[in-house]
Amino acid sequence: MSEFRIALRNLDTYNPESYHAYVKRGGFQSFRKVLNTPPVRVIDLLVEANLRGRGGAGFSTGLKNRFTNEAVCQRCVQKYIVCNADEGEPGTFKDRIIMEKDPFVLIEGMLIAAYAIGATEGYIYIRAEYYESVKKLKNAVAQCYEHELLGKILDDSGFYLNMQIKLGAGSYLCGEELTLLESLEGKRGYPRIKPPFPAQKGLYGSPTLINNVETFAHIPYIVNNGAAAYLKIGTEGSPGTKIFTLSGDITTPGYVEVEMGTTLQTLIDEYGGGMSDGKSFQSALLGGAAGTFVDASVMDTPMGFDTLKEKGAILGSGAIFVLGSDRKLQDVLHSVLTFFQHESCGKCVPCRVGTVRLVQLLEGMDAKKHQETLDQMISEAEYMAKNSLCPLGQSPILPLQSIKKFFYNHF
Amino acid sequence: MDYQEISKQYPPHNENLLAILHALQEANPRNYLAPEQLKWLAEYLNTTLGHVYGVATYYSMFSVTPRGKHLIRLCKSPICHTLQGESLVEVLGELLGVTPGETTADGFFTLEYAECLGQCGKAPVMLLNETIHGHLNRDKITSIIRELKNQEHE
Repeated sequence: MSEFRIALRNLDTYNPESYHAYVKRGGFQSFRKVLNTPPVRVIDLLVEANLRGRGGAGFSTGLKNRFTNEAVCQRCVQKYIVCNADEGEPGTFKDRIIMEKDPFVLIEGMLIAAYAIGATEGYIYIRAEYYESVKKLKNAVAQCYEHELLGKILDDSGFYLNMQIKLGAGSYLCGEELTLLESLEGKRGYPRIKPPFPAQKGLYGSPTLINNVETFAHIPYIVNNGAAAYLKIGTEGSPGTKIFTLSGDITTPGYVEVEMGTTLQTLIDEYGGGMSDGKSFQSALLGGAAGTFVDASVMDTPMGFDTLKEKGAILGSGAIFVLGSDRKLQDVLHSVLTFFQHESCGKCVPCRVGTVRLVQLLEGMDAKKHQETLDQMISEAEYMAKNSLCPLGQSPILPLQSIKKFFYNHF
Repeated sequence: MDYQEISKQYPPHNENLLAILHALQEANPRNYLAPEQLKWLAEYLNTTLGHVYGVATYYSMFSVTPRGKHLIRLCKSPICHTLQGESLVEVLGELLGVTPGETTADGFFTLEYAECLGQCGKAPVMLLNETIHGHLNRDKITSIIRELKNQEHE
């Protein structure tokens, strides 16, 4: 199997600092095409193509668009479109690659989606530590304004889009969609109660569409090639491609975009260059900290949202952290749990106390009672998952449960 | 950026709070948000000092205590943590004489931990001001710090 690029298709083919270079290689043609079609057709196309959110949850992008499009705007003046570029899931750096090397495709994807839902204000919320991405995006947005693609009425229906780049300030939690909106409004990053979902009540209480960078980058391709062509790529439940970011005990860490359904074995051997220093494979952490540890039994499972779920694993953001047999799983787990402890915002008590408890339990583990401690940690994490507002409190259960499933006897 | 420039660039809306905090911190030679800056911002946005302070202390990139001229943020994500041959925070500690959260006595360096910096292909990494340094080990860190120290003492 070879690389198949959709989100990364323009990579290194043009100068990412030049609007003209992007246009010259066919940029914004998808958007121009869309301007002549009714917005509902665009939404139908995305639903038909079964584009699923690449941020990790895998929710249907088309449906999100439809809900936002159909939301009745009560006591609000406009709808919003927001790009979640607050990439912070440990092991993930796919959005950074898109933003650094092809910032214009993100803007084009956002323009198309904005047209589909009828949004007039756009925001790209990006983590401030991504200095290079911020620079590239700011330049790209400025050039789009200069060439009157942003900020000006573009067709007879009166469609226009303003766009702003907003910086985060070092909070993992702000990558969660509702928390991100709080941060955009200039507040502390505390999650909101869900529902209402952003499609009904998002930024400033108005209907808002939030998508991940990689998701937006797929949209121009789908518009250009049609849903039928897109459905042929990838697997039945998860069409299209996915960028995987490989790290850890492999020879060539980095990023690769392949069809959904590629196996972990292929990813590690062909794109990761195999295990480094002749190590043998112990585990891979799939999907980042809010992810799952898997063993060799998952090596041949096609990587897709549903196929991995059946195996007790998750695809998540596409992060693959490979661990050789010399690594101590407990040590990695400790690092994962301290991460949650640090990033818990403290709004929900079960999460605030629970993340600390999990670290304490692991640190105080009796040498003879490993499995007992693991069970206790799982029970704490289950309680947290049930009683926390946002995905952070609901996440520690994922790595813990996967360790129980795949490594219980070796823990 | 001084107050005048900031107010020109950012209208006094609460949605600009984070952006202005970034600008104020950058303008401060000690790399932090001083009490008078926060007070000015509260007045500028017509909000309470408590709100401004609450936001400033929530986000880990802002500091309300003075920091050094150079900010070293060592990534402590599970990936960077696991791939360290020897503890890099100890190496930095030996070189600078500080632990995370501390500033050197000469005011040149502040050492901090950061969560995943999104550079896992080059793990272990650190962010030195705005530049990423990857594939870190004792030798590499030593030469980076030595070079910076020489620059400062010239």
